[in-house]
Amino acid sequence: MKFAVVVFPGSNCDHDAYHAVKHVLSQEAEFVWHKNTSLGAADAVILPGGFAHGDYLRTGAIARFSPIMQAVTAFAAAGGPVIGVCNGFQVLLEAGLLPGAMLRNRGLHFRCEYVHVRVEETDTAFTSSCRLGQVLRMPIAHGEGNYYAEPDVLERLERNRQIVFRYVNAAGEETDESNPNGSIHNIAGITNEARNVVGLMPHPERACELALGSADGRGLFESVINGLGDRSARTVPSSVAAAVGVLEQ
Amino acid sequence: MTVETISDSVLERHGLTRDEYQRILAALGRTPTLTELGIFSVMWSEHCSYKSSRVHLKTLPTTGPRVLQGPGENAGAVDIGDGLAAVFKIESHNHPSFIEPYQGAATGVGGIIRDIFTMGARPIALLNSLRFGRLDDPLVRRTMAGVVAGIGGYGNSIGIPTIGGEIAFDESYTGNPLVNVFCLGISRADDIIKGTASGAGNAVYYVGAKTGRDGIHGATMASSEFDDKSAEKRPAVQVGDPFMEKLLLEACLEVMKTDALVGIQDMGAAGLTCSTCEMASRGGAGIEIDVSLVPQRETGMTPYEIMLSESQERMLLVVKQGREADVERIFEKWDLHAVRIGEVTTDHLMRVKNGGEVVAEIPTRALTDDAPVYRRPMEEPQYLKEAHQLELARLGTPVPVREVFTRLLASPEIASKRWVYRQYDHMVRTNTLVLPGMGAGVVRVKGTQRALAMSVDGNGRFVYLDPFIGAQLAVAEAARNVACAGALPIGATNCLNFGNPQRPEIMWQFARAVEGMGAACRALNIPITGGNVSLYNETDGRGVLPTPVMGVVGLIENADTVVGRAFRASGDVVVLLGDSTDELGGSEYLNVIHGLVRGVPPSLHLLSEAALQHVLVEGAARRLIRSAHDCAEGGLAVTLAECCFDVGLGIDVDVPGVETTSAGYQDIATLFGESASRAVISVAPDRAADLLALAAAEGVTATMLGTVGGDRIRISIDGRRALDEPLAAAERIWSSAIGAYFERKRAIA
Repeated sequence: MKFAVVVFPGSNCDHDAYHAVKHVLSQEAEFVWHKNTSLGAADAVILPGGFAHGDYLRTGAIARFSPIMQAVTAFAAAGGPVIGVCNGFQVLLEAGLLPGAMLRNRGLHFRCEYVHVRVEETDTAFTSSCRLGQVLRMPIAHGEGNYYAEPDVLERLERNRQIVFRYVNAAGEETDESNPNGSIHNIAGITNEARNVVGLMPHPERACELALGSADGRGLFESVINGLGDRSARTVPSSVAAAVGVLEQ
Repeated sequence: MTVETISDSVLERHGLTRDEYQRILAALGRTPTLTELGIFSVMWSEHCSYKSSRVHLKTLPTTGPRVLQGPGENAGAVDIGDGLAAVFKIESHNHPSFIEPYQGAATGVGGIIRDIFTMGARPIALLNSLRFGRLDDPLVRRTMAGVVAGIGGYGNSIGIPTIGGEIAFDESYTGNPLVNVFCLGISRADDIIKGTASGAGNAVYYVGAKTGRDGIHGATMASSEFDDKSAEKRPAVQVGDPFMEKLLLEACLEVMKTDALVGIQDMGAAGLTCSTCEMASRGGAGIEIDVSLVPQRETGMTPYEIMLSESQERMLLVVKQGREADVERIFEKWDLHAVRIGEVTTDHLMRVKNGGEVVAEIPTRALTDDAPVYRRPMEEPQYLKEAHQLELARLGTPVPVREVFTRLLASPEIASKRWVYRQYDHMVRTNTLVLPGMGAGVVRVKGTQRALAMSVDGNGRFVYLDPFIGAQLAVAEAARNVACAGALPIGATNCLNFGNPQRPEIMWQFARAVEGMGAACRALNIPITGGNVSLYNETDGRGVLPTPVMGVVGLIENADTVVGRAFRASGDVVVLLGDSTDELGGSEYLNVIHGLVRGVPPSLHLLSEAALQHVLVEGAARRLIRSAHDCAEGGLAVTLAECCFDVGLGIDVDVPGVETTSAGYQDIATLFGESASRAVISVAPDRAADLLALAAAEGVTATMLGTVGGDRIRISIDGRRALDEPLAAAERIWSSAIGAYFERKRAIA
């Protein structure tokens, strides 16, 4: 299948996401410049981590206005699988594709380290190959990953089973100590109601090879790769095949 | 605007002597304009001209079969096989980091990254070497917190992992922290790009951030032209914009693929001045620019200010005639505007115009190759004789071993630096094979089987007590750290942090350190491909500990054979490589327990060091070695404990006692002495014989100390139990010590 890796100015995990799907998981992958208006023939979209537009205003706040986001929104509305990692998650929140907002980390420091998250839902586009309750070890690297949502939104997220990942300890227990940033309800990742858009703070693309310390992140990409075969009839908006800007690595 | 008579005070404010002014008159054959005086002052400054250090630096070994680029360019480069080059350099940003810790450190990171991508290399790893005062001082905590946040703020945002480094603490750094930043990039070996300007008529482009008044130091301000009141508010420290640099980085790398470039250089120290005249001088050409075309952030800037501004994130490019549109198009894509500000000429002059008016016209060589060079007077410092006296017996009854052990683990110099490195993104780019705190930084080179290990090291106490040996020890330690990871050291870069070179005893320290560094690099066969000198590191007339820092890069042929510091499995055999003797001089033990910097540093036999490193590299390549850790600050006991940490594996070992003449100090000298050329390794039981044979063949002493396992740190000396601590308790002390200083601070605030 073909992944589109969106590149905003300031994206810095774009090459990592490309490497993971292309070289580790042997899928097709293409960089799509943020000024483009089409995703081309992509089957899935990755909004990578980084500091889009410098994140000087508020994380993801400017990126939502990039031309490509209209195509991403249309793609998502038509049921296309979209994953936002770290800054990509923040962009999805700002773009309204996922509910809630990000605050500075509790403790106010940027934190880069391995964390454990528990898979809470397996009927999303990016967790269908995971086991319910499976504990994944993946790195985080962010200064603003303290997820927050208003009580009514939070209630709806819980009721609709939209919370996909929670921070836990190695034994899979949800504790305050295992929460690296103060996220409400230990939320590490969520999905939309249609369950095709997933955003999370940990970096699955950094956890696809044992040589780097963990391969637990592969399950997320494998889910969408396996899932696509099952849903071959799914209609992806064939936003006209305007030239997709291919960036060289 | 010619200055008819230049007063002493104007010269002083420009940091120029009367003699130097006479040389300026001779070079120009006339009185300089004020702009010209400013240009000379920055180009002849210590920072740009290396006028005090150059004669000494020339003695360093800089060549070798792998060297693709030695000193003199923006960074050095070595061949790493597969048609690729590792491009790397270290640089200091000490003074700005004290004035404004966050921005000072951040712009230091920005500067070194520009040096690397200017060479056509994609930066893939950062390291840093930091020095602060004592952490119980709130000012020091503020400085350190700011520096760490600044390094993270820039590196994390631009997306280059900070994969390691070192930090040490001494009161002498209180008012003058050291912030040395190292960056490494990868380029194709035959695509290295130089900072040269050549080809008459080729266009000179300015790209990046606009020029403001930041970074023009107040001390270089002169004449009534600059008494604008806003001048007083102008920041002496530049402000970094990692997003702008990220755009510049991507855009420049894209431009470099087009073959449209003649040369490129970043505008770092001395900004537009340095980049123009250095590029022209290297290319044997002249250069003419018009400052009125330079994009400006503020209104009313004078040519003097524009030429001397050190605004960040700016690049100067020389583009081949006819290829201008190609270059402009790429910068437009990244929303950057490349502005043509001049062209290359043939007259060997740097000509600066402001619209129609020529405001400076100087032979480029006068600013670069013909800058003053001083052989400053040197004198062995008085303090040495006294400082070398160390009689342990006079320190009283030895402190119990257990107490020394726990106090050393809690010493910020030895304690885990996790509080620091977890603020750095150390995994972005998905190459990091050895995480910070687990040994030398190691990144794989994608598309090849290879990996690169890198380490920065220096020990100011050792250099203070003996600059020649101390600098050798820095080279040996950095190379040994890289070798512990299984990497063959192939190149080095140095950052020489010293006090005021006009004081003969400082100059002596500098010269002796450079001699030692050169001797060690020659013996270990590691060329130095570039670096940086930072002088005048002192506050109120008191210098910092002389601190030469070495950055060594090593090559691992097969990334699968990388070795980390931590033990791997219960039952593995613990082996000490190297010889231990009674060497507590300059040790962390003396510093922490007795508050002393005394004695003579550990001796170093370069041939033994080379042999040890060979065993480490060969042993890793043959997969005999499961873990390897350099034995340094805190000696053998601390090294053994560190091998246990983070993996929950204890040890039970018996170490041979060292001979000592100081009654009652045998245990201390055995456990905490810092003899050089040692490493603690672990080996699977069925490979131990092979490892011992390899060591024997190289003439390296290998002592089987015991085994990995259990949940305690048990160390005996000659069969007598000397230390028996629960691993978890020891690890808690070690892992929480630095964070506790900052948590405490928050509790008070």
